[in-house]
Amino acid sequence: MTQATYNGVLNLAAGAFLLAAVLIVWRRELRAIVVLLAWQGIALAAIPVTEGIYQDDAALITVGVVVLLLRAVALPLLLIRAVGTEPQERRESTPLVNTTASLMITAALTVLAYAVTRPIIALDPSPATRAVPAAFAVILIAVFVMVSRRHAVSQAVGFMMLDNGIAATAFLITAGVPLIVELGASLDVMFAVLVLGLLTGHMRRTFGGTDLDQLRELRG
Amino acid sequence: MSFLLLVPIVAPLAAAALALVLGWRRLTSSVTVLAALSILVSAAALGFNRGSGVRFAIANLFRADALSITMLIIIGTVGTLATWASIGYIDAELTHGHTDRKGANLYGVLVPIFLAAMASAVLANNIGVMWVAIEATTVATAFLVGHRRTRAALEATWKYVVICSVGIALAFLGTVLLYFASLHAGASSGDALNIDILLAHASQLDPAVTRLAAGLLLLGYGAKAGLVPFHTWLADAHSQAPAPVSALMSGVLLSVAFYALLRVKSVVDLAVGTGFLRIGLIIVGLLTLLIAASLLVVQTDFKRMLAYSSMENMGLVAVAAAAGTKLAIAALLLHVLAHGIAKTLVFLGSGQLQAARDSTRISDVTGVLARSRMIGITFLVGLAILLGLPPFAMFASELSISRALAAAGLGWVLGAALLFVVIAFAALVRNGSRMLLSPPDAGSAAIAVPRSVAAALVTGVILSLVLGLTAGPLLELFQTAATLLGGTQ
Repeated sequence: MTQATYNGVLNLAAGAFLLAAVLIVWRRELRAIVVLLAWQGIALAAIPVTEGIYQDDAALITVGVVVLLLRAVALPLLLIRAVGTEPQERRESTPLVNTTASLMITAALTVLAYAVTRPIIALDPSPATRAVPAAFAVILIAVFVMVSRRHAVSQAVGFMMLDNGIAATAFLITAGVPLIVELGASLDVMFAVLVLGLLTGHMRRTFGGTDLDQLRELRG
Repeated sequence: MSFLLLVPIVAPLAAAALALVLGWRRLTSSVTVLAALSILVSAAALGFNRGSGVRFAIANLFRADALSITMLIIIGTVGTLATWASIGYIDAELTHGHTDRKGANLYGVLVPIFLAAMASAVLANNIGVMWVAIEATTVATAFLVGHRRTRAALEATWKYVVICSVGIALAFLGTVLLYFASLHAGASSGDALNIDILLAHASQLDPAVTRLAAGLLLLGYGAKAGLVPFHTWLADAHSQAPAPVSALMSGVLLSVAFYALLRVKSVVDLAVGTGFLRIGLIIVGLLTLLIAASLLVVQTDFKRMLAYSSMENMGLVAVAAAAGTKLAIAALLLHVLAHGIAKTLVFLGSGQLQAARDSTRISDVTGVLARSRMIGITFLVGLAILLGLPPFAMFASELSISRALAAAGLGWVLGAALLFVVIAFAALVRNGSRMLLSPPDAGSAAIAVPRSVAAALVTGVILSLVLGLTAGPLLELFQTAATLLGGTQ
């Protein structure tokens, strides 16, 4: 792979990664945002695979394939099951911030991400590091999604987006953390999403829905 | 001797495996107590044979130094008391139908897994592995918080998992950035996150990236330690969890999360100077104290009251860490140990009070001293420790923290912290005296105290008295740990 192709593919992956996050902010349909999350998982997996091919590093390509299976297939499937079948449950009904304002905030967060990541780029101005602002923007957008959405599935999507952003940062700046940490972290994330999935099920049985506005017993 | 490092991890895991196969019964719950006790015993053995200072096991994956040993002692002590009391507590829950066979089996498996994860967190040499262990406890304790499966328990579980996972994810981002800085400081990719390597390369770490990492780590581990701004899970989770689990969360989970901050701080201080995290810890610590003290004043639920008292203590500990001197850190470690034992006493007592009335409202509980001498006296002792009264250890630790803050030129921080501590003191005295001393309502149910809970309570009181009168060899251990963390004066 030539330097130019490598740069191109890397930037394309980082761009698609950020675009998926923006589209998740835009859409309200729960099923649609889970599908977008799967697309984001593919863009994420493309980063280590591209780096692996460029540096002739088979281990990195393997990690990329595992990321693809976990974040683009397994976890989104789990969430799709949690979305449920009743039609009135499939939409985010009462968002705290309307779509236009959400998109404006997303733009502001992206600018903020560029400002925050300047020391990282200054330390190592390589093509991969230059894509880090996109990953940081996804992290900030994910936190925004988690505080502004009131549906259990949306919050779970926000959490996974946050993890995708952190994983992307790790792949871009250090070509991934040591294998033992990577494995442990992936396991933890998988279990956390499993727990959230199970809790959604419990919630539907106990509250008759998964709108988090019903969680208001514990105060003060 | 390096097998001693593995006992605290392997023993609880074995107990969990046994509980998985045999389910909740006297044998498995007793084995869990023994596993928790073995953490304490191996910590003592490691402490006696400390030798040159740091001991490694399995290719430098694990390490034990004075700080890890201190934390193992805390985990072992609180773990033993809490698992011991669990035997009677869960049997009573089963009798009253608050949980079923399946819930009890799950409890029997998850509690030892929690202990194993906490022990691995304090023994890990790689701060990435430490992160994995601390995050694993979120997953392990999720279903413990939701044990009773009521609406409130479910709500607490959801908040707990979501807020802690987000917080801890930020800590992972901080870890990744530290790894990046460490690689650029010349560390090799396999061990760039090892504590010894990070300390050795600390002066070459890029200051700007390290500051970014330190901020994220403070927020992230602060979330698990119950510090502002991700503290909102704490009172919900502590109030809904079964009493022994509340004790474990308050005494062990918060302390271990704070341990992670201390470890990171020792590296960050070398790289960017002590000023950066000092400011961060002061802001976070004082805000935590403020929120905890205000909510203590208006509290009407006794389990939430105890939870906010934990928050208050973590705020004080954060302020002590900001001072960062040898005296401050040694006092902080004593404070954390004494707080862990005291919270075990009061949370175990609160579990029995809740069972007697099926309510956690302060106004529903009257005349505890007259109704049950066992719960009344042990609860009183626990409160006395938390209030910092002599002869208990928190008197000495709070006094030393104050002295250290004054000596470090942080007089205004000390003043603000003391104000909040006094407010919290008044609130605890008012609510505590109401619950313990008021005449019992006519027809108040008797407070049942299962044998194992009583045994754990009495042991806890004896330990608190001993610790208050003489810290003995622990003092030297705490001081060595404080020196390790860069506390010099």
